[in-house]
Amino acid sequence: MLGIEFGQIKVIAAKEFWDRIRNRWVLAVALVFTLFALSIAYFGAAQQGTVGFRGIEVTIASLVSLVIYLIPLIALILGYDAIVGERERGSLDLLLSMPITRLELLLGKFFGLSAALGFSTLIGFGSVGLLLAYKLNAVSLLHYGRFMLSAILMGMAFLSLAVMVSVIATERIRASGIAISLWFFFVLIFDLLLLAVLVTGGGKIGTDVMPFLLFLNPADIFRILNIFNSEDVRAFYGLATIMPNMLTNAGLLSAAMLFWIVAPLGIALWRFK
Amino acid sequence: MTKHVIEINDVTKYFGEIHAVDGVNLTFEKGELFGLIGHNGAGKSTLFKMMLGLLPVTSGQICIYGQPIHGETFRQARRRIGYLPENVVFYDNLTGLETLYFFADLKGADKRTCAAILETVGLAHAANRRVRGYSKGMRQRLGFAQALLGKPDILFLDEPTNGLDPEAIREFYQVLRGLQDQGVTMILTSHILAEIQERVDRLAIMKSGKIQALGTLQGLREEIDLPLHFQVGMQHGAETALREKLGSMEQLEIRTEGLEASITCARDKKMAVLNALSSLEGAVCDIIISEPSLEDVFLGYGAKK
Repeated sequence: MLGIEFGQIKVIAAKEFWDRIRNRWVLAVALVFTLFALSIAYFGAAQQGTVGFRGIEVTIASLVSLVIYLIPLIALILGYDAIVGERERGSLDLLLSMPITRLELLLGKFFGLSAALGFSTLIGFGSVGLLLAYKLNAVSLLHYGRFMLSAILMGMAFLSLAVMVSVIATERIRASGIAISLWFFFVLIFDLLLLAVLVTGGGKIGTDVMPFLLFLNPADIFRILNIFNSEDVRAFYGLATIMPNMLTNAGLLSAAMLFWIVAPLGIALWRFK
Repeated sequence: MTKHVIEINDVTKYFGEIHAVDGVNLTFEKGELFGLIGHNGAGKSTLFKMMLGLLPVTSGQICIYGQPIHGETFRQARRRIGYLPENVVFYDNLTGLETLYFFADLKGADKRTCAAILETVGLAHAANRRVRGYSKGMRQRLGFAQALLGKPDILFLDEPTNGLDPEAIREFYQVLRGLQDQGVTMILTSHILAEIQERVDRLAIMKSGKIQALGTLQGLREEIDLPLHFQVGMQHGAETALREKLGSMEQLEIRTEGLEASITCARDKKMAVLNALSSLEGAVCDIIISEPSLEDVFLGYGAKK
């Protein structure tokens, strides 16, 4: 195992990040986030016949439902060609001929893209948080901050998956196909499958196994972190009594999310070598 | 034991059934300009990639300054090597100068030298233009500039003059001569044999992953023993005298067209033919002797089993 030079990771990460600042990717994504957050905060209750801010917990709950679709998609699109794109363009050979290891290149790409996605998330949702700040108390602000942080972590988990795809896929077009399939699987199909398992299990699969199954999906971890973890929201959803303790343990949930960030990167590195 | 700059010992590289590089032994000396020639797929680029440590060898060993390129020393070695890959590709969104800054950072080279390097390769005027708008030749120059970052003492140049016009090719070799004076060891490949034949110190011909011939151009000419060509300008009516004088020589062929005679003979007949021609004073007004070109040598080796 060769030693890691953090300077090399920084050089690659800085290039990835500034590329996305320069081509206005960060700005565009931040704007999308801002617009959605504003709309949800003010018009989220329009269906119930009211317009206006109804409180941060409900806003977060609505934002979570939106972000759970949006961020995985953006992260997968952002990262799927990180390596395969360089390979297909023909620039990978030159890059690898530099005094850099494959691990450093991979981490540089991952952290640079994470920074771009994280920065867009912070700017996009943070600006709305600032607008609402005068209506919020410290606890609500904390919840909103936690929402943003967990959104960034979920983004990183899906970026990690995307980088893994970009290493494994032999062509860019194939990588994009795999990335979209992953999005469908984790965001649309997984919960349905889980439901099907529960129903066919006829109640045999109980609260002891269920939490572990939810840990198999970073999007679900994000949802639990934000919805079930907040007492107000749990009450709002009528979930106060049925939640297993395991799912209210933020430390455990965060550890599971970190696993989803590290594991695909690990596989990517193994395959890249 | 002499310490060679690069030492390749019995190196092979197999891709499944394909023997891309097959039992290659080569050494390169300090300040040498070395040409590696061969057909497409002969194994040149694979050899380059193995020398850089981009591809692991199947068997054998490659040492740079006595150290294997793999392991902890790879970084140190890479900082001393400049590499221009075949068909170099850059990031279209960066300018020429930004491209060099990025690679300088990776290589640990002084960024303040970037502008001067662009000047050296004749790209100073386009330093702040995006690579997207660069022509093929300009991209190639930028590739060369990138290879020069960090004052490398070894240069691997894979088809470096691809896309360059004749003037740029001349300038390119002038820069190489300057680097050679500073003791830089350079190994280059080219498909344009006429371009490198008078410029490299030594060369190797690769065929199907093997080194088929190795030496100076003159050494290879002698080894493969290709015939010499004489171009002789004659006075009116001198043809008969010429044929009389040379006709009796073995391994010699004379063709005439108007006042020009073309004589082909074995290498060891050179002096005999010259003596015979000079004795025809008055009948012969001009003599040009042409050695086989590198292309002739290359094709000559190619025809050999």
